[in-house]
Amino acid sequence: MIELTQILTIAGKEFRDRIRNRWVLAIAVVFAAFALVIAYFGTAQQGTVGFRSIEITIASLVSLVIYLIPLIALILGFDAIVGERERGSLDLLLSMPMTRLELILGKYLGLSTALTLSTVAGFGLAGVAMANQMDTNALMHYSGFILSSVLLGMSFLSIAVMISVFATDRAGASGLAIAAWFFFVLVFDLLLLGALVATGGVYGGEIFPYLLLLNPADVFRVLNIFSMEDVRALYGMATVFPEQLAEPVLLGSIMLAWIVTPLSIAFWRFKQ
Amino acid sequence: MADIIVEGRGVSRHFGAIRAVDGVDLDIGRGELFGLIGHNGAGKSTLFKMMLGLIPASGGQIHIDGESVSGRNFRNVRRKIGYLPENLALYDNLTGLETLHFFARLKGADLSRCAAGLERVGLSHAANRRVRGFSKGMRQRLGLAQALLGEPRLLFLDEPTNGLDPEAIREFFAILRDLQKQGATMILTSHILADIQERVDRLAIMKNGKIQSCGSVQDLRESVNLPLMLEIGGTVSAEQVTQALGGLPVISIESRHDRLWVKLPREAKMAALAKLMALGDAISDLHVREPSLEDVFFGLAE
Repeated sequence: MIELTQILTIAGKEFRDRIRNRWVLAIAVVFAAFALVIAYFGTAQQGTVGFRSIEITIASLVSLVIYLIPLIALILGFDAIVGERERGSLDLLLSMPMTRLELILGKYLGLSTALTLSTVAGFGLAGVAMANQMDTNALMHYSGFILSSVLLGMSFLSIAVMISVFATDRAGASGLAIAAWFFFVLVFDLLLLGALVATGGVYGGEIFPYLLLLNPADVFRVLNIFSMEDVRALYGMATVFPEQLAEPVLLGSIMLAWIVTPLSIAFWRFKQ
Repeated sequence: MADIIVEGRGVSRHFGAIRAVDGVDLDIGRGELFGLIGHNGAGKSTLFKMMLGLIPASGGQIHIDGESVSGRNFRNVRRKIGYLPENLALYDNLTGLETLHFFARLKGADLSRCAAGLERVGLSHAANRRVRGFSKGMRQRLGLAQALLGEPRLLFLDEPTNGLDPEAIREFFAILRDLQKQGATMILTSHILADIQERVDRLAIMKNGKIQSCGSVQDLRESVNLPLMLEIGGTVSAEQVTQALGGLPVISIESRHDRLWVKLPREAKMAALAKLMALGDAISDLHVREPSLEDVFFGLAE
């Protein structure tokens, strides 16, 4: 039986630590600043500045967030468990009346709350600044973007916690976290594109959209880009991604699977 | 032993081909101050961690107060336990009081007793100071306060006097004696054998994953049968002592620092004392030196 008190105690400490060392504030400021700059100067290459449309703003933000949030989440969580082990505090924690699952869930909950708060506060603040430029539809799109950014952060945080369980020391964990970032954010798409190009599009074309679901960063991209008509055409997504796969609920569920699966693997390993 | 709080039967832990703990049977009585000593790699830390339920046993069983450390009631068992790990690491960004609040919440202990816990270990003045600024001794005392949260019935103290100065060590053991009077059981390891030889009720010496010997310090001295040392002061000469002890199995007589040191088997002690008394006023001072725990430890190792 899971005891909620233990999870909340661990989560509370992790969250308070990030509030106290101003991590949440710093990340929120970064997100807010980027969002406002992109919203205002995003169309500068077309010779104009100022807020144009939420679709263009979100498309620009997606390109930024897809690099930034996975990196921040991996940095936030890579030493969640291995850090305690290396410091020597893990044995003390495990001697408490608490299961290993409660410890992992507590760590994850605390860190994901900090990441979620900074994401919502940062992009939310920018949203408030742009609110008078947005209609209800734009507001819905922007809220969806924030929600999917939160899910993206949580899925990479889950990967980070898994890394922190498998790694034997912090240095190894940081190396694995960087490798994970490179793989999911840079290498994965290149590999798919390379496979498509190398085979002249003969092989892989049909399964290409499904392979994109194996990467939470791509799921995030599809979730945001496919939901906006203008941007979908701009990105050429309509031609490569089947509509039945582009259901926000389905893509959201896949993001949730990307949260649950690495955490489950982490727990399985931590139990050994 | 009438009332056993820790019971281990055939406890083993193997790491591949290495038998870190190998078929250990161990009973620790309620209210005992029990020492666990051994070389590095002897298996004491592994046994310690198995008793705490931190690592599972490859074989055998451990019961704390009649319950399994890793069974369904593990939370109840853990709430009866306090643990002060070796190389204690606390959270630098928390204050002394926040540290105790954090662990008290996890243990389900009364938060309102945390301030008193700090007072008990002499850290009231540091309640609102960050642990970052604590000395090694203060950290160790905070660690002890943490271990005492919830008034545990059983305390595991791994190298608890590491980094403490002699005065702090004395205060530390005074706290342990108070706890013992209140009925707590304590199991401790230490590399500083002199620190524990006069303080533990019983101890076990581990070697190669097995308990080589277990009992009170005096039991162990007698089981190893190491020679005693008589320290003699006065005007008496080595020749006079040699002559007086003639016929006894004396091992050696040495003169050091204006005193004579006579090494002889334990069983010859009373006969030797009787013969030395015959030397009268030439002997102004005489001490019987028992072998130290260190001597016993190395005697067993040989």
